Amino acid sequence: MKIRLDTVVKTFDTFRAVHGVSLEIESGELVALLGPSGSGKTTILRMVAGLEYADGGKIYFGDEDATDIPVRDRGVGFVFQHYALFPHMTVAENIAFGMKVSKVKRSKAEIAARVADLLRLVKLDGLGERFPGQISGGQRQRVALARALAVDPKVLLLDEPFGALDANVRRDLRRWLREIHEELAITTLFVTHDQEEALDLADRVVILKDGKIVQQGTPEEVCREPNSPFVMGFLGDTNRLPANVSGGRAVVGNAALPAPGVADGKAEIFVRPSDLDWTEHGDGVPAKILRVIDRPDGRRLLAATDQGETLELDVAPEIQAKAGDEGFVTVRRGRIFAAG
Amino acid sequence: MARRVLPGLPLALGITLVYVSIIVVLPLSALVYKAASLGFEDYWRIVSSGRALASYRVTALSALAATAFNLVFGFALAWVLVRYRFPGRRFIDALVDLPFALPTAVAGIALTALFAPNGWFGSILGEAGITVAYTPLGIMIAMAFTSLPFIVRTIQPVLEDLDPALEEAAQSLGGSDASIFARVILPLLTPAILAGVSLAFARSLGEFGAIIFIAGNQPFSTEITALLAFIRLEEYDYQAAAAIASVLLITAFLMLAVTNILQARALRYTARG
Repeated sequence: MKIRLDTVVKTFDTFRAVHGVSLEIESGELVALLGPSGSGKTTILRMVAGLEYADGGKIYFGDEDATDIPVRDRGVGFVFQHYALFPHMTVAENIAFGMKVSKVKRSKAEIAARVADLLRLVKLDGLGERFPGQISGGQRQRVALARALAVDPKVLLLDEPFGALDANVRRDLRRWLREIHEELAITTLFVTHDQEEALDLADRVVILKDGKIVQQGTPEEVCREPNSPFVMGFLGDTNRLPANVSGGRAVVGNAALPAPGVADGKAEIFVRPSDLDWTEHGDGVPAKILRVIDRPDGRRLLAATDQGETLELDVAPEIQAKAGDEGFVTVRRGRIFAAG
Repeated sequence: MARRVLPGLPLALGITLVYVSIIVVLPLSALVYKAASLGFEDYWRIVSSGRALASYRVTALSALAATAFNLVFGFALAWVLVRYRFPGRRFIDALVDLPFALPTAVAGIALTALFAPNGWFGSILGEAGITVAYTPLGIMIAMAFTSLPFIVRTIQPVLEDLDPALEEAAQSLGGSDASIFARVILPLLTPAILAGVSLAFARSLGEFGAIIFIAGNQPFSTEITALLAFIRLEEYDYQAAAAIASVLLITAFLMLAVTNILQARALRYTARG
């Protein structure tokens, strides 16, 4: 089922949570709404679900205007951040809930068979008789997903689905959700504030800030072509270096980078730590190392430039450096934005 | 025993045990001892006399009716106080505790004045052919008045803690309001409802001050058990008073036991496995 949002607006009291957001999600697509807290991502998800109503704009499911259809008739599966499992029902009863209250009558045997199928799908066979309080967080989230899938939703919506879980469990569940999505090909929209999760899982990432879409595209597009300092900074660690642009070249320290299409004048170069290098002699920005942080896959150097800015560099493990060393930071590649 | 952050377990436990012994266990033991000194035949004759049986009947039935009424009304009150925001909500919330704070005799006199045949309510109800004062209906109203806070105050906090996401989840799964209430909200409130009901019922069984003014206290029709025990006491027949009181005591214990079993059943899901 294709979902389309057309200039959707939502205001809480006096706070404008969502400002005219338009978005299309193709049938079978897995899309992440990514943004910091307060960016309106959860509000958008809840409006798609019908748990909040839009103050303006339209939401279409396929060709049908779903803007004012209440949640119980909208045919969405919603997975809550804290699972929202019914604590007084067993895992199997939780999964069966939607089928039991449905207007479509099903026999007990039918429901039991479907519950068994879903338990197998979420790899929880044999845990049907447990209560939610007796299983782990990761298992609860899988029960929540099975419960949402039990009613054959047209759309699956997940609100920070892995937010409350340990890092390891989170990584496993992410891969597993991707597998389930590939198996069922159900249109899925999920909310996260974790860029790694969005990039790992989604076909397309929609980045939000202050209730507006800042950029949307495939993980490759948003990573390689971030359209603003905000997107650049939100997707990963970033260094900011002041530069002067003239004639399509950006001069930083005693080095220069090509800057096609950037107007002459002051500009800022945004560089990932791994796109900076450290040399003791050569072209670059003179700097002094403040601290060295060793990591399994390399070393991170914190260095201060003459202007007093602190840069973070990820360098190869072989690089010899220690606090107090003086040298040069070279820029391998960066994105240049005119200073705002 | 594992070390605890706060010291003083022996002291705290000691004080608690002494307190419970002096205030609760000692008087109850004295009561049982007094009743037991009667011998079985005399005891049985007193507690199964016609007048005593009639008092059990009117007390238990009135308490049952009052509790049933409060279950519906108290639940609605708790629901409204938790779920809606309206002007005067805090005032009504404070008002719920009034039966706790008011001397029960004052409540009894006020209710009698209202429901007497020439009172504000009594005169109107009288025209409709309903007499409240000096009938079991009056006993029921007095019991309902004094036991209302138990139901409201046990349900209210549990209702407040109910995660709104549970209802949203049930809605997203297609549940109607009625099915969400019956399958999600009510089962989660059941332990609190049971606790409130048992407290309200126990309070109604033992209520004295509020009732004796409005009840009329006619033996065999509007005489409650607590009053009968009091009358025996006035007659210096301590053993008979203790015997009748022991019936109330046993009833209260049995009811607490039943409620505990029901509550444990309703809370099975919280057991860790």
